Amino acid sequence: MDYKKTNFIKQTSRLFKTFITNKMGLAGLCLLGFFVLMAIFGPLLYPYDPKNYGVGPIFSPPAHSFWLGTDDMGRDVLGAVISGARISILVGVLSTLLSMIIGTLVGIASGYYGGRADSVLMRLTDIFLVIPWLPLALVLTAILGASLWNIILVIGLTSWPGTARIVRSQTLTLRERQFVERAKAIGSSPGYIMRKHILPNVFPLIFANTVLVSAIAILSETTLSFLGMGDTTTPSWGMMLHYAFESGAASLGAYWYLIPPGLCVVLTVLGFTFIGYAFDEIFNPKLQRR
Amino acid sequence: MQKLYMLKKFIQSLFTIFVVIIFNFFLFRVMPGNPLSTIMRNPNASEQAIEKIKKLFGIDQPMYVQLYLYFKQLFHGDLGMSFMFKQPVIQVIGEKLFPTILLVGVATILAIVVGIYIGIVAASRRGQKIDVISLTLSLFTYSMPTFWLGIVLIIFLSVSLNLFPTSGMATPGKVFSSSFGHMLDVAKHLFLPALTLSLVLVGQFVLIMRNSLLDVFTEDYITTARAKGFSEKLVTRKHAVPNAMLPMVTIIAINIGFMIAGAIQIETVFSWPGLGRLMYEALNNRDYPLLQGIFLIVSICVVLANFIADIIYGFLDPRIKSST
Repeated sequence: MDYKKTNFIKQTSRLFKTFITNKMGLAGLCLLGFFVLMAIFGPLLYPYDPKNYGVGPIFSPPAHSFWLGTDDMGRDVLGAVISGARISILVGVLSTLLSMIIGTLVGIASGYYGGRADSVLMRLTDIFLVIPWLPLALVLTAILGASLWNIILVIGLTSWPGTARIVRSQTLTLRERQFVERAKAIGSSPGYIMRKHILPNVFPLIFANTVLVSAIAILSETTLSFLGMGDTTTPSWGMMLHYAFESGAASLGAYWYLIPPGLCVVLTVLGFTFIGYAFDEIFNPKLQRR
Repeated sequence: MQKLYMLKKFIQSLFTIFVVIIFNFFLFRVMPGNPLSTIMRNPNASEQAIEKIKKLFGIDQPMYVQLYLYFKQLFHGDLGMSFMFKQPVIQVIGEKLFPTILLVGVATILAIVVGIYIGIVAASRRGQKIDVISLTLSLFTYSMPTFWLGIVLIIFLSVSLNLFPTSGMATPGKVFSSSFGHMLDVAKHLFLPALTLSLVLVGQFVLIMRNSLLDVFTEDYITTARAKGFSEKLVTRKHAVPNAMLPMVTIIAINIGFMIAGAIQIETVFSWPGLGRLMYEALNNRDYPLLQGIFLIVSICVVLANFIADIIYGFLDPRIKSST
């Protein structure tokens, strides 16, 4: 056990070192680190109350008193951007978690049991892959009602098929391995085998996939909120963009109201995408051959 | 083998459409705020009135009869009435179809041509400056919310520089002396929305084309061709590119669903009078029959596109047929 542990630490630190030397990986880590810190500590350092109307003039461009200008109700844009980070990242993390759980369960069950269960689950996965995502998500949120939790639920429920596919194919190869055969021979239950033998081995794969799903989840939240399916009481970056667009900031040329929240989304998603790309280059031996 | 493969794909597509229809059917019955529930909640409504309404909408029947009737209606192209427009849903959708096809079509063709070209350039100069730049730019546009890119273009190209109109498909109230003048006006309105959508799409095409081409470059027949002394240009054009095009077919088909998603966002931002904007309006007004109709039509289109792509792929790569 002890030997295993030090080996794990060694491997992890080696992986981390390769990761850091990868330019894209490092850039992604920095970007993401910045926004995570902003979400955690930002609101403590820069308090902001969204109900604080008229602290400044309406639609005033960035100046010394308001670094990022003010919005259509005379509120501080910088404060809104900082407090929006928390919601956007929270929704991203929770919906990714939900998507991962569903994808992993479906993938492992489908790969391990095979046969009829496999074909039913995979048909279901295919259907979710084919149905256009945004219309489905919009219809679902419209029915459930627009709230933060429903958005998390809808993104989680619609974004798992990719994970399920990957986990299934890995489970298929693991199922044939000796340690699974042995566990079966001594009478371990399928649930136990899946939990104790298969899950730990598909975990690195799930982890790498998380990065990509997170990027999609944050983009999805932004889009749903922009289209009016967001939570009006807790403005995320997407919700901010919704209000900004509705108030006609675009045609007034109020770039300071529209650019910052959007740019935050782009850079956060880019952080995830860079990390995912770096993972791909490290783990995918086929890419190194080129 | 060929027939079996096609039949299998066809049955799969039919099954998917069937599931979407069932989903749509139950959706309509759990949705809060449809006209029935509002009327039935009214305490002044008499027993007879409720019965009459139930009969009118067919919900006095057991569920399986309702499902049968629903299918029968669908078969006759009846998607119900829109609350908002007081017109048959199918008619409302029909009117908005052309603008969306125009927008998505122009943007897609533009993105495919540009994406393939940049992908080829990037792959054949792997690791060089041009490759790094196109890769970074592709990841950048890929990370952008589509609607936001549209807004940014509006701020800079329409509001600041006043180059393009910000909304609509034609200048309102303008009378055109010729059909050419009309087309020119539409083209001017189309420019920004189409540019936005193709910018969002192009990154993905670049990435796929580049990866696919790099894969092909490691194949033996490429080494052979090079050994024969063919120029690098000729090897790329005649040997590598045709083979690298295969994955593009799948990606383009998968992307049809994504393009529709993009169209919803862009049509909302630019007030483009297509299906996407119609869906946005239907959402805001909770026009459920219309929402249901759009969802069904869009899903069927995507399933159809995927089916066609599967068939084309089967023709292009005979190995597929025997393996699936």
